[in-house]
Amino acid sequence: MGVEQPKTLGSGFVTTSLDKLVNWSRASSMWPLTFGLACCAIEMMATGAARFDLDRMGILFRASPRQADVIIIAGTVTKKMVPVIKTVYEQMPEPRYVIAMGACASSGGIFDTYSTVQGVDEFLPVDVYIPGCPPRPEGLLYGLMKLQDKIRAERNTFGAAIGVGDVVHNKA
Amino acid sequence: MSDQVIVEKLKEKFSSEVLNIVEFRGETTVTVKKEQIVDICTFMRDDFGYNLLCDLCGVDYLGKAPRFMVVYNLYNITTKQRIRIKAPVEEQDANIDTVSTVWGTANWHERECWDLLGIKFNNHPDLRRILMPADWEGHPLRKDYPLQGPDREPYKGRLS
Amino acid sequence: MAANTETMTINMGPQHPSTHGVLQLILELDGEIVVKATPHIGFLHRGIEKLSEHRTYHQTIPLTDRLDYLAPMSNNLGYVLAVEKLLGITDEIPERVQRIRVIMTELTRLKSHLVWLACHALDIGAMTVFLYCFRERECITDIYEKVSGARMTSNYFRVGGLADDLPDGLEGEIRTFAESIPAHVEEYEGLLTGNRIWQKRTIGVGEISAEAAIDIGITGPALRATGVDWDLRRDNPYSGYDDYEFEVPVRKGCDTFDRYRVRLDEMRQSALIIIQALDKLKPGPILADCPKVVLPPKKDVVNNIESLIHHFKIVTEGFKTEPGEIYQSVEAPKGELGFYLIADGSAYPFRMKIRPPSFVNLQGLPQMVEGKLLADVIAVIGTLDIVLGEIDR
Repeated sequence: MGVEQPKTLGSGFVTTSLDKLVNWSRASSMWPLTFGLACCAIEMMATGAARFDLDRMGILFRASPRQADVIIIAGTVTKKMVPVIKTVYEQMPEPRYVIAMGACASSGGIFDTYSTVQGVDEFLPVDVYIPGCPPRPEGLLYGLMKLQDKIRAERNTFGAAIGVGDVVHNKA
Repeated sequence: MSDQVIVEKLKEKFSSEVLNIVEFRGETTVTVKKEQIVDICTFMRDDFGYNLLCDLCGVDYLGKAPRFMVVYNLYNITTKQRIRIKAPVEEQDANIDTVSTVWGTANWHERECWDLLGIKFNNHPDLRRILMPADWEGHPLRKDYPLQGPDREPYKGRLS
Repeated sequence: MAANTETMTINMGPQHPSTHGVLQLILELDGEIVVKATPHIGFLHRGIEKLSEHRTYHQTIPLTDRLDYLAPMSNNLGYVLAVEKLLGITDEIPERVQRIRVIMTELTRLKSHLVWLACHALDIGAMTVFLYCFRERECITDIYEKVSGARMTSNYFRVGGLADDLPDGLEGEIRTFAESIPAHVEEYEGLLTGNRIWQKRTIGVGEISAEAAIDIGITGPALRATGVDWDLRRDNPYSGYDDYEFEVPVRKGCDTFDRYRVRLDEMRQSALIIIQALDKLKPGPILADCPKVVLPPKKDVVNNIESLIHHFKIVTEGFKTEPGEIYQSVEAPKGELGFYLIADGSAYPFRMKIRPPSFVNLQGLPQMVEGKLLADVIAVIGTLDIVLGEIDR
């Protein structure tokens, strides 16, 4: 088409379009893991059910971490659960995103006790925090849309996918 | 059969074992020595029909002697009656016989009591931690165990 | 060729879509047959019992919401009844409070059973039921929201009364909803009861005899499906349940199918109780007249300095109880939910032991699945209707 493929894919017209294509496809098909911990998981299920209907946003729950892009930490994280969550997170393919849903996952919530981890961000890189105990389904939807914004603002996603450079995270 | 009659008969049969009988808000609590707890529980089940062990738990009375109390909440499905049996357990080498041979449900309750309070149940079929991780140190529900755990400076920003 | 007699051990959970939360099962399999099943729990142990020893009696109510989070108001009710019994004010509770409590807990039973049916059917492979059940559940969450401001964690009951009266016009909405329940249950039954796949997956699956169930401590619908006619609402009535006419559904099949039918019948009965309670609901106070322990009405708090001080004192210092110990249980959707409270005369509970029905019912799982097929484990977990929040506390 007359457009030369640059040797490095760091910048230029072609790469930016591909970034946009990649970001568009990632943001439009975020597949979260079916992974409920506590009360918030019920609101997560309600969000997936008929009234709020996550499917219309391309969000389908997957039961295997190997097929998931997003892990929604929906509920209280205990010290006994930490190794499990770490394993599940490590099993997810890159790029992977973490949503801390609810007060417990964000900060430990009302459970300031010996067995509770005071926020999942102590051991996972959290992208979006959703407040509430539990958050309303609208809150979860808003959080997911914020994550979409974040994905859309990423740069060099195509380059990173083929092994050239790293993803540049921009402010959404 | 009213609670009084049951308690009288229990006293008759285990006269040296019954320590104390309290009635509060219509509920009867019988405190017994821990040595014959299995016999007492079997007697309660077979002779008075307390076929359901609703709940078994431990209580920590830190500073008192004996320090622990194991509490059995019994229920009779036929007559819909309740009664409570308690047995004191001293702090040194806290142990009591298991009643999981009397009611199968005691199995997990006793594991939980061991896990959270550190009371051993002799002859228990499977005495492991149940709620806390297997390598956890300490027994969290003891009164001298800090709420936020021993490895954390307590947060002092609120009243409680 | 010699037969291979080795068994295989597989892990199920804590991250598994059908374990209903963070339950872990270690299964020893001989081919497709389960030889041994060992449940591992505690992945959601949040220390609610320990935390309650550091909270005043009122501050503990929000913690109870998060026990069985599918049925928050049942937990609220069990707890406030326990504290009221401890205080000795059980007879002081106004009639309107008792009626509203019954209405809300029966709605809660419906809410819990709807989620149970949704998940149970989804696990076994019926997707539509999930969507239908959550449709009705949304109506109940709307009612919850109107009375308490929250969709799930209601924190609506108070010691001696309620946080607030029902908003205007809600009685009619509840009535319309309760009247629609039989038709909805009919709809679910139409999808499932006669369905051959459903029958094959549930009839004769997860059987447990009445004696074994009592020995293991199973209560609630799971016990009533073994032919034991026992319901705390009728047999040890609380909150004015002796004032309503309802049947206690009992079946004798001891299997997953009969547990399903018992719960569906309970949903119909709950709707009847709600309608009766609405018929008998009269205007009146929503807080007991026990100024030492019960909060003053909200209307007075904002208009009157004495009430404001009174409110402030109870909220900040809490109220004191006389030393003693009591056990109070209610028929929660999953079985007998008991609260064992020990008071030492201070404003904080000395010890609160919760008797969670799911914890005890789950103990029956190994008996129900051993010697059966691996696929039946899924059906049995669903039929036990466990909630890890109250198992681990």
